[in-house]
Amino acid sequence: MSSEEIDHGRRRLLLAATTVVGGIGAAYVATPFILSMDPSAKAKAAGAPVDVDVSKLRPGQMMTVEWRGKPVWVLRRTESMLNAMKERESELRDPGSDELSQQPHYAKNLHRSINPEYMIMVGICTHLGCAPTYRPEMAPADLGQDWKGGFFCPCHGSVYDLAGRVFSGVPAPSNLVVPPYHFVTGTHLLVGVDPETA
Amino acid sequence: MLIKCSSVLPGAFMLVALITTTMLTSSLVLASGGGVSLDKANIKLEDTESIKRGAKLFVQYCLNCHSASLMRYSRIAADMGMTDEEITEQLITTGAKVGDTMTVTMDRADAKEWFGTAVPDLSVISRARGVDWLYTYLRSFYRDESRPWGVNNVVFKDVGMPHVLWELQGLQEPEKTMVVNDDGIEQEIITGFKLVEQGKLDPQEYDAVILDLVTFLAYLGEPSKLQRQALGKWVLLFLAVFLVIIYLLKKEYWKDVH
Amino acid sequence: MSNKLIDRVFIVRDWVDERFPIIEFWDAHLSKYYAPKNLNFWYYFGSLAVLMLVIQFLSGIFLAMNYKPTAGTAFASVEYIMRDVNWGWLIRYMHSTGASFFFVVIYLHMFRALLYGSYRKPRELLWLFGMVIFAVLMAEAFMGYLLPWGQMSFWGAQVIISLFGAIPYIGDELALWIRGDFVVADATLNRFFAFHVIAFPLLLLGLVLFHMISLHSVGSNNPDGIEIKKHKDENGVPLDGIPFHPYYTLKDTVGAVVFLMIFSAVLFYAPEMGGWFLEKDNFVPADPLKTPEHIAPLWYFTPFYAILRAVPDKFLGVMAMGASIAVLFALPWLDRSPVKSIRQRGWIFKGALATFVVSFVGLAYLGTVAATPTATLFSRIFSVLYFAFFLLMPFYSKFDKTKPVPERVTEK
Repeated sequence: MSSEEIDHGRRRLLLAATTVVGGIGAAYVATPFILSMDPSAKAKAAGAPVDVDVSKLRPGQMMTVEWRGKPVWVLRRTESMLNAMKERESELRDPGSDELSQQPHYAKNLHRSINPEYMIMVGICTHLGCAPTYRPEMAPADLGQDWKGGFFCPCHGSVYDLAGRVFSGVPAPSNLVVPPYHFVTGTHLLVGVDPETA
Repeated sequence: MLIKCSSVLPGAFMLVALITTTMLTSSLVLASGGGVSLDKANIKLEDTESIKRGAKLFVQYCLNCHSASLMRYSRIAADMGMTDEEITEQLITTGAKVGDTMTVTMDRADAKEWFGTAVPDLSVISRARGVDWLYTYLRSFYRDESRPWGVNNVVFKDVGMPHVLWELQGLQEPEKTMVVNDDGIEQEIITGFKLVEQGKLDPQEYDAVILDLVTFLAYLGEPSKLQRQALGKWVLLFLAVFLVIIYLLKKEYWKDVH
Repeated sequence: MSNKLIDRVFIVRDWVDERFPIIEFWDAHLSKYYAPKNLNFWYYFGSLAVLMLVIQFLSGIFLAMNYKPTAGTAFASVEYIMRDVNWGWLIRYMHSTGASFFFVVIYLHMFRALLYGSYRKPRELLWLFGMVIFAVLMAEAFMGYLLPWGQMSFWGAQVIISLFGAIPYIGDELALWIRGDFVVADATLNRFFAFHVIAFPLLLLGLVLFHMISLHSVGSNNPDGIEIKKHKDENGVPLDGIPFHPYYTLKDTVGAVVFLMIFSAVLFYAPEMGGWFLEKDNFVPADPLKTPEHIAPLWYFTPFYAILRAVPDKFLGVMAMGASIAVLFALPWLDRSPVKSIRQRGWIFKGALATFVVSFVGLAYLGTVAATPTATLFSRIFSVLYFAFFLLMPFYSKFDKTKPVPERVTEK
């Protein structure tokens, strides 16, 4: 085992080659395992776009549909509700919906919707994932004199207005998420797909 | 002195030999069952058009009673390069969504009453029966008035299924001959068929249609088969490259060993 | 740059070593574990068995994420894995092909022990741990095979569990207890799942650890059947030994890559292996009212199954099958030869071993075919030869003419 016979350069080269090729191999082996944990064809099929018929929804009323296993709220706002939303804008954390990840670009407006009348949003609190409750009444005892209607999360007390915009000073960091959707007709909307013109 | 690498090679040969022998004997053992000789179905899984034609036949003739409840329409779309619209238009007759599986509305209890048995799901039928069996079976219905549906089948005696494709094939009657079997007993066997009622297709056309259907069933049994074989090449190639490198490294280190 | 990086690595290593003996562990089991330098082809299968264990663990964990162990959902969930789960088909074929390859490797590993007397003193306990691993592995494979809930899964389990019914007095109660129902049913499937994914894998892991500790304590045997520890240099290093790392880690990796090529060839081009790894009838969902025409266990059980069928009495058949596995445990004490390795044994042992191999392979084949009178006759002859190999060993191994054992290894 005399050390003169050992070609250290060759050993280092071969070791490096083995490490690199072996590493590539390991990465390729890991890939299918990691990808297998992504949503399966079944989950994707169940997460397909949802048709919603809003023709029976009365003003001021809210309905919930399921999209990708999440509750999606469809709220039909009245004129007075839309007006009331403007009154407390100064108390909101992100009144202009500047946080772009929370809504598609076509819902980045005052009313956070395509049609001001219909508000569509994912009913999951941006704090820790609880489901807020719909509180359309004016100035209820538990929510105070200034309450103009909105959403209240019972878990940690986060509050949102009727466009799902979060108030400052509550645990939730951002506005409720608006999912992609579009109107097929005036009262038939498809949740999960952006408008074709978009 | 170098270590002999020959110790690896006999091992590899032995394993290969073992596997090949197993494969050969396996085909012998499994082919010996049944008794009826099956016609060879020369299916080509790469033939997308054949699979598409087969899929339409399947939907038209089979899917009324047989489900393929483990297969999604969307998977066919993806594998065959079809759009959702094409799939909906060409294959979906039940009002199902593209992402749904190929189920039927027929009640299991009804099925049992009508056909005397539960109607099997066809998702993996090609893997259970083999394509040759399916190809032969679908071409081997013959007139037999003693059966509830007026037909019997050579490879599946007294089958509960009617001859769904009779309007395409027509009706055939068996040609029988007397032979002496291994145990020395004389018995009648069916050696061929005679068409007694003309169908819409002539026999060659009918065989081609059945081949399409069986090709689809083969695809249905294992939709990822082509993907699997395509990937296999790369895996083996990678391992071959890695083998060269690791072998050189091993040889280099084993120079130390005297 | 890179030297600095290497320095950092050493600093981390030393930090850990002060708190956890990694260097000591590395030395004891790799860099200063001395293995005989003449290990040949047959010595690949130990490390390959570890590789198979890793493959089965990894693929099994990911299968368990999508598999549903109830009678109503099991069959469909396997096809769900095959179709709907991303890369599910690859993971499933890894596991199903892996099961068969595991047994190929284990059988060759055991045959190596027979060839070179690796079960002889001082390796009796090593052999016993190995045998327990083999027994647990069979249970693991048997229970795993029920999970796809196809016709062969169901009826195979039904037949094998019924074997317990042959035990006098308690048999029927025992079979009922194992099934948790009057036939193989949802309860059986659910508990087999628990055993297959938790109990037996844990047990296997522990046993493999014992097997290795035992191996590294007594040291590896070799084709010459000599103890390399007899001749050491001034530092206490066996003269015929070389450090396991890097020499055998590299050599075993070469073996592993060749093995993986064969494994991949089967996985990607013949995962059913013509019905030997995945049986045709197992693509038909389990039907308690309809038995398939021909039930045979998977190929790795067929030698023992053939012995079972060779005996015309139910209870004695079960006993014979049990004995055919139990007798393997006694091997270290049945062999009375003054030498270990086949290289020094005489023609009697060589003949006996050849006869044993023919019987074992013959039984494996006969276990797969229908029990015709000719098949049964051959099964009986081979069963007798199988047992004769073991039970007559104390006599023929003692009287066999042996060659002298060399002092040092005869080749590198």
